[in-house]
Amino acid sequence: MAETTVATKSVKFIITRQDTPDSKPYTEEFEIPYRANMNVISGLMEIQRNPKKSDGGSTAPVCWDSNCLEEVCGACSMVINGKPRQACSALVDKLEQPIRLEPMSTFPVVRDLVINRERMFGALKRVKAWIPIDGTYDLGPGPRMAETKRQWAYELSKCMTCGVCLEACPNVNDRNSFIGPAAISQVRLFNAHPTGDMNKEERLDALMTDGGIEGCGNSQNCVRACPKGIPLTTSIAAINKDTTKHLFKKWLGM
Amino acid sequence: MKGNSYFSRKLHSLLGIIPLGGFIVVHGLTNYQAFERGPEGFSNGVHFINSLPLIPLLEIFGIYLPLLFHGIYGLYVAYQSNTNTGRFKYGRNWAFTAQRVTGVITFVFVFWHVYQTRMQVYFGNITHEELGSTMNQIASSPTYFVLYVIGVLAAVFHFSNGLWAFLISWGITIGPKAQRISSYICMGVFVIVSALFILSLVAFRGDEFAEAASAALALTNIG
Repeated sequence: MAETTVATKSVKFIITRQDTPDSKPYTEEFEIPYRANMNVISGLMEIQRNPKKSDGGSTAPVCWDSNCLEEVCGACSMVINGKPRQACSALVDKLEQPIRLEPMSTFPVVRDLVINRERMFGALKRVKAWIPIDGTYDLGPGPRMAETKRQWAYELSKCMTCGVCLEACPNVNDRNSFIGPAAISQVRLFNAHPTGDMNKEERLDALMTDGGIEGCGNSQNCVRACPKGIPLTTSIAAINKDTTKHLFKKWLGM
Repeated sequence: MKGNSYFSRKLHSLLGIIPLGGFIVVHGLTNYQAFERGPEGFSNGVHFINSLPLIPLLEIFGIYLPLLFHGIYGLYVAYQSNTNTGRFKYGRNWAFTAQRVTGVITFVFVFWHVYQTRMQVYFGNITHEELGSTMNQIASSPTYFVLYVIGVLAAVFHFSNGLWAFLISWGITIGPKAQRISSYICMGVFVIVSALFILSLVAFRGDEFAEAASAALALTNIG
């Protein structure tokens, strides 16, 4: 008896679709059979296997982006029931139905739920979010990092450039050049590293230009939206302190 | 906007506290004299401010220029922001939107209020001694009274919440605990400074301010 009840159960999706980067978005409804422990990705896979709308009409399969399926790659970010998050860790049992899926439209939409997060990688290049150790000879081991520092720096290193913090930020939009919380937190991470610290001014300088850290308006949505629980607002405030100090040091010629 | 917005935004944040935040507190305390000590207390406050040295310089560099920069650049900052309180119903996100809304209200209110008071002194329509009666006329009109209460609450909220944001933007409060404690302090500032302004607005409605005005007028007529 129990099995027949499960078999008749279904999951409803309302998906915002867009055929090309410039075309108008529209919504389509899907109803798929329920299976135990489904997540949004497995729901999308089901639609891909049988691309039929709930009214019976056939349609092109819905496009989405995903990779690791364990919330570490950041590829499957989308707006699920109004909140930006990862589709792989969005369990159907825990979601209100109908499940509404939209692309994170702060980013350019490529097709359906697929977005282009290139601006985030551009931001990492802009702030030099790496540690330069390449050279013509072996530089030997660098200075050691204190364990107490490593513990909080590790939290910052969990950033997967998923873009959820940018989607949640009211200051990341077409009228504003704000770099977004993720890159600022990465500056804190690489400046915390004993070898990275040797080039910290370069990273601070990058944040003290147009569209840098000053774009933060302290709405603090980022820290609440971050799927990895990264203390983004603490990172922003800490880098505010560092850029302020750097500003005065530059003025005083220190 | 061309140039380096880091400096302009940082200056905008600083000017909001020094001198403008300082000014709003002094203004509130002076007005409060009207509630605590009546017309005489208020006119003593006005006298004290007018007896400060280099008044025109203080007014230009301490009030008018910072106010214009903070106000006009602030409108640009507000224009650059989206509102997403529908999607993210968090207190801090509401405060973010409120900071921009109250900023625009304060911008309009301050221009109108300066026109009604300080500009009238420049025009020679009233003297500093008659400001109490001017305020009595304004506060006695129910419409103006309500508009003034809205303007004052907007300005004081903008200052208090701006103080909280200033502490973050300059890297003074860093961790979540420091930011939470500073938000309680800033809420306290909002309540106290709002009370100063609203109590003085109530006091300005009193007949003694109208009488004091006619007395001052009589004095000038005799003189």
